[in-house]
Amino acid sequence: MRRMRLLAYPYSVWMAIFIVVPLILVLLYSFTEGDIRNLAALRFSTRSYERVLEPIYLKVIVNSFVLATISTLCCLVLGYPVAMIVSRANPKVRGMLLMFLIVPMWMNFLLRTYAWMSILSPNGFLNRLLELVGLPKLEIMPGKTAVLLGMIYNFLPFMILPIYTVLSKIDKQYLEAANDLGANKARTFFKIILPLSVPGVVSGITMVFLPAVSTFVISGLLGGGKTPLIGDLIEQQFMWEGNWHFGSSLSIILMVMILISMAIMSRIDRNGKQDENGRAKA
Amino acid sequence: MKKKILVIIAIVALLAVSVPMSGCSEKVVLNVFNWGEYIDESLLDLFEERTGISINYKTYDTNETMLAKLEAGGSNFDVVFPSDYAVSEMIRKDLLLPLDYNNIPNYKYVDERFKNLGYDLENKYSVPYFWGTIGILYDKEKVEDPVDTWEILWNPKYAGQILMKKDVRDAMGAALKKLGYSMNSKNDGELRQAQQALIQQRSIVAGYYGDEIKDMIANGDAAMGLTYSGDFMELYWDEEADFSHIGFAVPKEGTNMWFDTMAIPKTCQHKKEAEMFINFMLDPDIAYQNAVTVGYPSPNTEAMQRIRAEHPEVFELDAFWPDDDIISRSEVYVDLGEYKSVYNQLWTEVLVD
Repeated sequence: MRRMRLLAYPYSVWMAIFIVVPLILVLLYSFTEGDIRNLAALRFSTRSYERVLEPIYLKVIVNSFVLATISTLCCLVLGYPVAMIVSRANPKVRGMLLMFLIVPMWMNFLLRTYAWMSILSPNGFLNRLLELVGLPKLEIMPGKTAVLLGMIYNFLPFMILPIYTVLSKIDKQYLEAANDLGANKARTFFKIILPLSVPGVVSGITMVFLPAVSTFVISGLLGGGKTPLIGDLIEQQFMWEGNWHFGSSLSIILMVMILISMAIMSRIDRNGKQDENGRAKA
Repeated sequence: MKKKILVIIAIVALLAVSVPMSGCSEKVVLNVFNWGEYIDESLLDLFEERTGISINYKTYDTNETMLAKLEAGGSNFDVVFPSDYAVSEMIRKDLLLPLDYNNIPNYKYVDERFKNLGYDLENKYSVPYFWGTIGILYDKEKVEDPVDTWEILWNPKYAGQILMKKDVRDAMGAALKKLGYSMNSKNDGELRQAQQALIQQRSIVAGYYGDEIKDMIANGDAAMGLTYSGDFMELYWDEEADFSHIGFAVPKEGTNMWFDTMAIPKTCQHKKEAEMFINFMLDPDIAYQNAVTVGYPSPNTEAMQRIRAEHPEVFELDAFWPDDDIISRSEVYVDLGEYKSVYNQLWTEVLVD
């Protein structure tokens, strides 16, 4: 047992140096002002937080949450059926389908976004194809539609995979029992499959929503920078304006909001599990 | 417990000793930090051949990344290539060492017009490396009107066909110049007007981009965009594709003239060798070869004369050699100091609708 604990040391040290210390620094910068290079001379200040409350930045935050929510819902609607199809496919095909889902993720996220740019751009691949078959051109990039498409494309696998895992673990006997007792397919889905897959759905939603709400670059490249998101704002503060204090307080606000959404999601998850237990008893 | 503390102290002490030690190795290695694709890399080998000093060459993509690395500490760069306004900011933040011109005799080849400019009044800290302007890159097949004024970026005829540079200084600068003000304005009224112009322009702008503007216009995704003259030069020199339908114009109201410079940051450990390197880059032969490879106009008079003899046609291009009267109406960016945050705030308000 003691030896096992020793194995955890490298990770603990790693965590301390690269996660805890930076987090403390971000928290420190968010509540101070002054020269960032001179920690001793920082003065306490809540000005950065007051600035977050200005209407213009609130608008950016609201925009980020709205776009992240829409793309999460789209991923759920698109991803759930795919997860079902994959989980029901015969094992050989299933492996192949999973590969198709995972292979694009081997490529860098930035590269994939640039690829979307050349597909969706006004004179891009898609529009040339449409022109070739005599259809009108699509004017979606730069714009919010293109940003949403880019987000859904990038994050869809994170929705499909956890739902697939849960679905493929559902005991087939439940489905057979439902069938024997005369439930039709729709009833089986809504009464058995859907409730049992809630944990997968919850983790899928979390895994899509988190990167979606904090994403940057996508809105810049596919949206033409016209809908800056909170991630873009944070990047701008650190990389361009050199205002680490405001950047840090934006990051802290984002983190707090993510924690709140995670708490809500895990409560839903717990309720789902209770339902499940209740049903099992009955 | 005491033992642990001792061990930690020992480790820290060792680290403290080993850092300066690494500086006294026998062979001098210069750490050169330049923009990507911004030098003829064979010259680095030539420098090593001639002087025995080897070069550790690294690149960055924006002044801000370079500044962030220097400011965060822990870097050991000997020569950096900041642009004009970044030079001012670095001087203000005390990040640069003054140059010893006794070690840089080739400074005499630098065009007098490009010496002692606003960003570094006596060239105490920096030597110009390449220069250029910002202007309008456009597709000749899509733009019928003559491109010679900033107004064209506000022409509703080209709604959805205009790309703006996602850069606070360049966008605000174009708006200020269109209104007849200085690009370095610190007048709140003028800045408000410039912001209003940009907000009004927003509805006809297709998107705000950075380096992508060049590729998007070359690809036919937009009719025109605000960008660096260097972007046009890259298309002009492209040997694989024909971009003769792409033009570049510097508006008659005047524009920003940018300079990328060579400077020595305070992190430098081999100042004399760093100055040798700067002197080497200013040598007419070297500057000529470098300018031919990079494709930008060099501030080196000798190198320019040779290029004029070989490629007289490029001196007809606005992007390479703007007219003297345009130059006389143009400005170099100076560090805005405290006003930087005012510009940033106004610009953020333009982007967030």
